[in-house]
Amino acid sequence: MKRFLGFVKKEFQHIFRDYRTLFILFGIPAAQILIFGYAVSTDIKNAGVAVLDLSHDEITLKLTDKIFSSGFFKKTENLLNYEDIDKVFKKGKTKAVIVYEDDFGKKLISEGKASLSIISDGSEPNTATLITNYTTSIVNDFSVELAGPGLKNTIRISPEVKMLYNPSLKSHFMFVPGVITLILILICALMTSVTITREKEFGTMEVLLVSPLRPIQIILGKVMPYFFLSFVNVLLILLLSWLVFGLPVKGSIFLLLAECMLYILMSLTLGILISTVSKTMQQAIFISLIGLMLPTILLSGFIFPIENMPKIYDYVSSILPPRYFIVIIKNIMIKGTGFIYIWKETLILIVMTLVFIGLSVRKFKIRLE
Amino acid sequence: MALLNRGCRERLFLPPVKNNHMIKVIESSGIAKSFGSTMALDDISFFVNESEIFGFIGPDGAGKTTLFRIITTLLLPDKGNMKVLGMDATSDYKQLRKNIGYMPGRFSLYQDLSVEENLNFYATVFGTTVEENYELIANIYSHIEPFKKRLAGKLSGGMKQKLALSCALIHKPRLLVLDEPTTGVDAVSRSEFWDMLSKLRQYNISIIVSTPYMDEAIRCDRVALIQNGKILSIDTPQKIRAGFSRKLFTVKSVEKYKLIKTLRKNPEVLTSYPFGDSIHVTLFNDSSDNSLFEYLVREGINDAVIQETEAGIEDRFLELMEKGVTA
Repeated sequence: MKRFLGFVKKEFQHIFRDYRTLFILFGIPAAQILIFGYAVSTDIKNAGVAVLDLSHDEITLKLTDKIFSSGFFKKTENLLNYEDIDKVFKKGKTKAVIVYEDDFGKKLISEGKASLSIISDGSEPNTATLITNYTTSIVNDFSVELAGPGLKNTIRISPEVKMLYNPSLKSHFMFVPGVITLILILICALMTSVTITREKEFGTMEVLLVSPLRPIQIILGKVMPYFFLSFVNVLLILLLSWLVFGLPVKGSIFLLLAECMLYILMSLTLGILISTVSKTMQQAIFISLIGLMLPTILLSGFIFPIENMPKIYDYVSSILPPRYFIVIIKNIMIKGTGFIYIWKETLILIVMTLVFIGLSVRKFKIRLE
Repeated sequence: MALLNRGCRERLFLPPVKNNHMIKVIESSGIAKSFGSTMALDDISFFVNESEIFGFIGPDGAGKTTLFRIITTLLLPDKGNMKVLGMDATSDYKQLRKNIGYMPGRFSLYQDLSVEENLNFYATVFGTTVEENYELIANIYSHIEPFKKRLAGKLSGGMKQKLALSCALIHKPRLLVLDEPTTGVDAVSRSEFWDMLSKLRQYNISIIVSTPYMDEAIRCDRVALIQNGKILSIDTPQKIRAGFSRKLFTVKSVEKYKLIKTLRKNPEVLTSYPFGDSIHVTLFNDSSDNSLFEYLVREGINDAVIQETEAGIEDRFLELMEKGVTA
């Protein structure tokens, strides 16, 4: 036991001496939360929209006012004819153009129907869809208002979309669990795999192997410091997202922390496994970054919903631990559900952890070959 | 009883009792190891006696490191039997690892830990404390103790070497395995280092050491000359030198390059190797050194000085190598 503690002490000394490691450990998560939270926001705010009003009557003016008072859009230009549409898009500031047909107001009053087109810049599909959706929803809203209470039956039914868990469509809610998932697996796997391969590269592993330390002691000794630090990291991220974005944890905080510990442990053992197959630090970094970061971002449901993926990606993503953790953390943080809804995912993570530990201990070389 | 006896002796630091029957610390028979198609070691057999300093002398790539890794249980031999401290290096590796002190070719120190921290770490990992065995390393560690707060990465080559040796010794191993401990270390530190190794003998520690420097062979009790994974010869340094079969001459001239070119053209000359500022030459006929002088004058080298000299380890090594090639 004294041997083991001596080893752990040495690991802590490595970490606290190396400012770069500390920076990666604490600086990057904070930066990522802020970057993902603010810059990569999928909200629209002040998106440039131009108007081509061919009717120019009271109703179109009112509707235009309503659209631009929403705060989502900013009027870039008033267009005069169809030819201008192309020009205004090319200038780049305008993401969409709203076109009212001739006699829009008259038609709406006499026939109860009038059309307007929303032409959007398809080169930015995300923004285009968002603008279209937002505008449609505002227009629907407007037509209901216009019809008034007495005319309820004559107007067409507009679908009411209510976002259940993210009512104001704030995207940080989406990102914080995703970023926690990504950061934990990356940092834990990267750090442990690098610290073990570093011993190989500097030749100190040779002496450790010749020492009476057992493989399990070396592995646990490597894992333990990072386990504590990553846990502190989780607290830091949660605190940061609460202070900056006002993101609450709806479910049990203790359940959340317990699940985080499980996930950290899983990621650390994954890192050990990576280190047993890589000879150099570079190799370990490469495997951790490319092998873990990309799949986690693309396939775990972090950004793109798994339901929309082709089946094959669905299968691929089912071997990725982050996929399950994202479900767990979203359930606890945003929906506030209890353990009963996430026991399956938890079980999968536990099994994965055990498999990784088993494989690492088996694959850990007691010799140099 | 014997064990108990030994324990007491260690604690009191008395010189070892001389045994009439020497105990073998390493017994290697027919060890072979290849990496892919390269034969790293081929039929290596030797033994090392207790309290002996046994040297492996050979150029880079001769197989010294591979052999040392097999001795320290870090590699498995393809063929043959390696017994270290009476234990099998393959099956008893766990027990064996507690009793070996190993200093790999690259000083395996943690560069970001201080001198003191490195030493403490290795002591803890081997289940001991620095205080417990301080006596053993005092002579070595005292040189670097003034710098104990300095990071190991900031030490000079000689200091790193002393620290690495202290770390390898701290658990009082019965066998010390030193892989090229003097490579990359200045001449003064090298000489000091060998003095320290000699002093370790009194603690009953057996040492095997490898080096590419022929001049260090003389500091070993016995040496094995190793080349291309094969042992060319094993003996005391004196006997190895005495094994040189011909007369050896040193030839000196200001124009060294021209001299060696001219010498190699002469069919009378068997071998000619540059040695510092002179050239070591052997002849087919040991008594024809006069005709060699005349030949050199004929070829335009007038200042040549030819002297007979005593062969060193390196001369014998080159002779054995030459034989190995022609055989």
